[in-house]
This record gives sequence, structure tokens and C-alpha cells, in this order.
Amino acid sequence: MNCDVCQENHATVYLTQIVKGEMQKVNLCEDCAKEKGVTDPTGFALADALLGMDSDQKSSEAVDLMTCQACGFSHAEFKKSGRFGCSECYSVFQGGLESLVKAMHKGTRHLGKIPSRYRVVKKYNDQITELKDRLMNAINEENFEEAAKLRDEIKLADADFNASNEGAIEN
Amino acid sequence: MMQFNTILKNPAEWMMSSGPNGEIVISSRVRLARNLKKISFPGWAIEEDRSLVLNQVKPVIESLTEMRGAFSSELTELTAVKKQVLVERHLISREQAAKAVGSAAVMNRKQTLCVMVNEEDHLRMQSIKAGLSLSAAYKMIDKIDTKIEEDIDYAFDNKYGYLTACPTNLGTGMRASAMLHLPGLVLSDQVNKVIQAVNKIGLAVRGLYGEGTEALGNLFQVSNQHTLGEPENEIIVRLEKVIKQIIEHEENAREKLYDENRTTLDDKIGRSYAILLYGHIISTKEALDLLSMLRLGVDLGYFSDDLRGLIDVLFMEIQPAHLQVYAKRKLNAEERDCLRAEIMRDRLKNLPEPSKFYENSPNEPPLEED
Repeated sequence: MNCDVCQENHATVYLTQIVKGEMQKVNLCEDCAKEKGVTDPTGFALADALLGMDSDQKSSEAVDLMTCQACGFSHAEFKKSGRFGCSECYSVFQGGLESLVKAMHKGTRHLGKIPSRYRVVKKYNDQITELKDRLMNAINEENFEEAAKLRDEIKLADADFNASNEGAIEN
Repeated sequence: MMQFNTILKNPAEWMMSSGPNGEIVISSRVRLARNLKKISFPGWAIEEDRSLVLNQVKPVIESLTEMRGAFSSELTELTAVKKQVLVERHLISREQAAKAVGSAAVMNRKQTLCVMVNEEDHLRMQSIKAGLSLSAAYKMIDKIDTKIEEDIDYAFDNKYGYLTACPTNLGTGMRASAMLHLPGLVLSDQVNKVIQAVNKIGLAVRGLYGEGTEALGNLFQVSNQHTLGEPENEIIVRLEKVIKQIIEHEENAREKLYDENRTTLDDKIGRSYAILLYGHIISTKEALDLLSMLRLGVDLGYFSDDLRGLIDVLFMEIQPAHLQVYAKRKLNAEERDCLRAEIMRDRLKNLPEPSKFYENSPNEPPLEED
């Protein structure tokens, strides 16, 4: 399990708190735990403070007032009903969503079916990520011949993707 | 287009046929939740938006080859009783029955496929098959979903998958469930233990009509709780594995009852037979419990196998809304209880009495008495 703060290192510090009757879980790597000064997880809403959720009354009110531009749904409403207003709400209210989702599900990343019109995008994303990783490695190893080759491949993939997507997909 | 009466006259395909493990698993259902991009989810949408979704989606569903000759209706066109019939047949949810403008249901002739528009999500599509057939049910609904996505731009996120009104359905948007008949575990007081064990591994157990409903007639729905972080087929494989274990527990419980508490079993099945054939006032709850005992009787050889289909149909037909459509008028509770008893007396009048049980048991020699 990765650290909730840096998303990179393996989490070794697990915190569970009950805040206003709701359970919050935070997993941290050693570095982030130190950096956040996690020594005594009592007396304040730790998960909120760490994950940038509503840590005190003032910011809680600010979050409650946050509304989705697309549908006008507010965070206060979400707290009340547990449901969102539209698909855009997921990006508007993404702060704190991760930990909520983690408590509900087996994982926080979708591993199932992908609609065909998104498959192109995902394939492109995966391909570019892999190529860029390899490019970084090649540069680190000072293998510039390989790096030049990879740079061309990335350009090609970009061009392909843009051509196949002309006006077809918004994402 | 199919008429509402056609639905009523014909039991759904899954009620009549017997699927894998049909003695214990009555049916398998898979439901997918899908939404359109950027338009408010039905619970938050204004009427215009709900109609907009309906007008965009309904023609797409109706044009599917699987929906040829389907029954399609906006819920505002249906009376409260008719809506309730669809709920009793598990074709629409109780939530949707309460919704009005812009809500619709499209279902195929065999009543194995149903797409609901503007329920909690813009689209909720489900397939029902007899017995333990979750994979087959998923295949069936997956095919429909793939066809619909050609025309409808679903709300989808690379990280969270299909975006749903409630975050509990995120990811696959899939809820797979099986309806299990577990009289053995109930009679031997083991069912709570099993439910607790199943809950612990992230699966849900509910009563006959889903969330928050009582387990009438010893019927239980087992379904996946998590929808995100696992691909569809893995969820289904895991669920099937657990259901097979429950089946095994149920079979053991039945065997034990049969071996050790035969008289109790004879008594329960005999009494149920008697009340069903001679009773005149029977409530839904009592009827479901009696039919449950009769079904157990079929499984244990007290009655012939072909009775099972009739029992599964009666499970539906004796419910309040079905009775009122049958009577073609509104009935109060007392009238329903009388009509219910009348229907069951009539449908079961030729049923021979529970046979001399031990003669049917292959493992035991006939008792030497008389």
C-alpha cells in the first residue's frame, strides 16, 4: 500500500481515527509521517489535517459552500445525501474522496471494463508513460542514441493519437 | 410492443427453467450502473434534464435487437399497482417505482433483461438468469452495455471508472447477486453465522427485495459490496466461489435435518401442505414460508421435481400487487389474504400428499413396520 500523501513510498504508518462518527484511515510512509510530525495521533482530526480535508470549523464551512460549476451541487449536500450531483462533481470534490472511496471499496483504482472510446486514450497514456520512463532511463545511462530513438517514438505516438482523435474525443 | 398484460400472463423465463444448482439458487442477477456525462444525476436533476436523458437514451435501448418486441413504458404511464408488479418481479427497484417524470423501464419479452432510465443513475441495466449463472448473466448484460456505449457517451474516469451518483457503485458499477433458498440453514439456526462470515469478506446478504428487506420465505440475496478495485470477472468468480460454499453448508444442513430430525421435517412439510391446500386466510409472509417448506420438500423428494417451477411462480403471484391485478381491482389486506389462499388451493389442488418419505431415500432401506 502506498503512502496517501506522497503516493510513492510504501506506507508503514497506519492511522485510524473516528471523527464525528466517521472513520478515517490514513496510511503514511515513514518520511511523510515524520514530515507531518505524526507522533501522537490524539486530540485533533489528523486525517483531515494531513489530507487537506476540513480541519477546522472555518475551512469546513468553506468546503461545504464549494459547489460544482456544472450542476450547482454543494459539498454540504453531499454530506447530507452521500450522493453526487453529476459526473463533474467527482473532480470538483476530489479532496477527501480518495479516503472515502478507500473505506468503501477493495481498491481506489478501476481495473474493469473500459468503454471503447476511452480505451484509445488509456492505451495512449500507458504507451507514453512507458516511453517516457524508458527515455529517462536512457538519459540517466547516457545512452543518447537510444534516447533519440525514444524521443522520435514519443513524437510519433503523439501524432498518431492526435490524428486518430481529430474532433472525436474530448478527453 | 409488448402489452403489460403479456408480462403478467407469462412468468419470466428464469422462473420456469431450472438453472445450475437450481435446488438452492433460484436466480442470478447482474446490474450495471451507467451515467451520461455532465448532465445531473437523476436524483439532483431538474425535470427538463431528466426528460433530456430519457429522450436521448430510450430510443437507443428500444433499438437493440435484444429488445425486439419489448415492453417499454414511462413510469408516469403506469398505475401504482402495475409498478408494484414490476417490483415484485424484480424488474424495477422499489426506488424507481417511487420516481416519476423522466423515469422509464424497458424489458424484453422473456423478462430476462431490463433497462431502467433515471433511477438513482441515468441507466441501470440488469439481466436475470435461472440458477447459479452469474457469468452468463454478466455476459448478457455486458453485451447490451457495449452496444449502448456506441451511441451514448458514458461518464467515465480513468482512475475511478464508471462514475455513479453514489460513490458506493463507482468503478465497474456492477452489482452481481444470487437469490438463495436456505431453509436448511434457517431451520438449524446456522444462517446468521453464515451471513456474518459472508459479510466479513466484503459481500452483502439481504432479504427478498434488496436493501433493508426481511428474509421472507427463507430467501436471501448474496451480492458483492465492492465495485471498485477489482475487474468484473474477478468479482463474479469470488462471489460464485462463496455461493458454492453456502450451497455446500445448506446441503449439509438439509442432510443433517433429514437424518437426525426427520419427524420435525415431516411435520413442517406436512403442515405446510395441509395449510396450503385447506387454508382460507393466508398472509404474504405465511405464504412465502409455507411455499419455502414445499420447495424444500421437492428438493428432498417429498414431492415430484416438476413442482419447483410452479412454486417459484407462486412466490411471485401471491404478492399483493399481483393479486390486485389478478382480481382487476383494489383489495384490502383481508381480501388479499383470502384471494391468496384461494389461488394456492386452486393451483395446488392436484398435488399428491407428501410421499412416504423413506421410500424415496436411496440411502436407506424401507422401514419394516405396519
